[in-house]
Amino acid sequence: MATVIIPTPLRKFTNNTAKIDINAETIEETVRELTLNFPDLKKHLLDEKGQIRSFINIFVGDNDIRDLQQEKTSVKKDTLISIVPAIAGGR
Amino acid sequence: MNYSAIQFSKEELARYNRHIIIPEFGLESQQKLKAAKVLVVGSGGLGSPVLLYLAAAGVGTLGIIDFDVVDDSNLQRQILFGVESVGIPKVEAAKKRLQALNPHIKIQLYNAQLTSKNALDIIREYDVVADGTDNFPTRYLVNDACVLTGKPNVYASIFQFEGQVSVFNYTKKNGETGPDYRDLYPTPPPPGLVPSCAEGGVLGVLPGIIGSMQASETIKVITGIGETLSGRFFIFDALNFETRTFKISKRTDNPISGKNPTIKELIDYEQFCGMRIVEKPIKEISVKDLYDWQVKGEKFQIIDVREPHEYEIVNLGGELIPLATVTANADRIDRDKKVVVHCKMGGRSAKAIRELEEKYGFDNLYNLKGGILAYIDEVKPELTKY
Repeated sequence: MATVIIPTPLRKFTNNTAKIDINAETIEETVRELTLNFPDLKKHLLDEKGQIRSFINIFVGDNDIRDLQQEKTSVKKDTLISIVPAIAGGR
Repeated sequence: MNYSAIQFSKEELARYNRHIIIPEFGLESQQKLKAAKVLVVGSGGLGSPVLLYLAAAGVGTLGIIDFDVVDDSNLQRQILFGVESVGIPKVEAAKKRLQALNPHIKIQLYNAQLTSKNALDIIREYDVVADGTDNFPTRYLVNDACVLTGKPNVYASIFQFEGQVSVFNYTKKNGETGPDYRDLYPTPPPPGLVPSCAEGGVLGVLPGIIGSMQASETIKVITGIGETLSGRFFIFDALNFETRTFKISKRTDNPISGKNPTIKELIDYEQFCGMRIVEKPIKEISVKDLYDWQVKGEKFQIIDVREPHEYEIVNLGGELIPLATVTANADRIDRDKKVVVHCKMGGRSAKAIRELEEKYGFDNLYNLKGGILAYIDEVKPELTKY
């Protein structure tokens, strides 16, 4: 059961839930499970081709999945998965 | 940065005493701060604490660029300003406050927007950039300008209860340069998907927390003490009080600093971020193809949307319907054969076609690429150019 941390801007699509436990073996499965349960999340996480959008980064533990096996990156029971979208505020 | 000759007055030594007595910091780091020139982009939520702390810390030259005027809604978080600053340009109000805090430093103001035109010239004058802007186009502009000029970019951004901090394009003593913003986020979200602070709000104290970290990283970049956030990406969630620090790395396909860079100068960042609506493409015809049609005796109509005095100078024998009158004269345009619409260079005719397609549903209009000038250049040089 990996834990996914949902960032503030996306919490409105997860009933304001910040942490969601997902039963999955890979990031791909995690995203599939997540968007199945929260369909509104889908267009924010994935593009038309089903790829993770380039302004969304997913980290498994401390590491960027782009430095691991991308969507094929495996997740374990106690893995912490962070979804971190680009934000640009400063004023 | 030549700092060894930097001297301090008695007042300055007293002011910076708490820095100088830290063993890892010492007089040398204080000299480096005084020799340093830092450009702070945006003097709002993040810029306020960054500027206040860097001024207090004794950074010798602070550049401030902002085009905004202080507004009542700024005072909830932009601690540089008070009620007396409302209505005054931010850079001016900031300078007044910072100079009162530390008269020993120089402050350079740019009451302007950072753009692709001025960014390189301004940033070149500084050693370090602290980015506290509030929109994606400027984020990418600051990043690219820093990469192109080889300056470290101390980055922070905020939204509602969350903040992000990193140090981009930082070159270590061994000559290795760390990741930049494009390594972290290759492209921005489409407009409207991620709201700005103006639309989504921000907890007033959040820029204070995140901006202070940005100031701290700036001081580390200048003095070389400790380990900066280069190659790491820090995020803070004030709501749940959670912090996380991720590892980030350079990507070979980065378009400005990867293996085969394609961006070699600053681009149009509004367009890159999709802020500028791309107009629906219209059908075009080249002057050579038009000539082919003429030679083959193909049936088509030519509409000239220029003004009568231009038509008098030179024309292609088309029907003259000036742009301003084109929709009123739509009934003069054929619907059952191809219609070539032209002007001098192709701009007005494109507009005419869009209007006609939109209002009257024409689908047989072709814009003459390059207009009558291209036709003269490539087909009939004997005609009069104007």
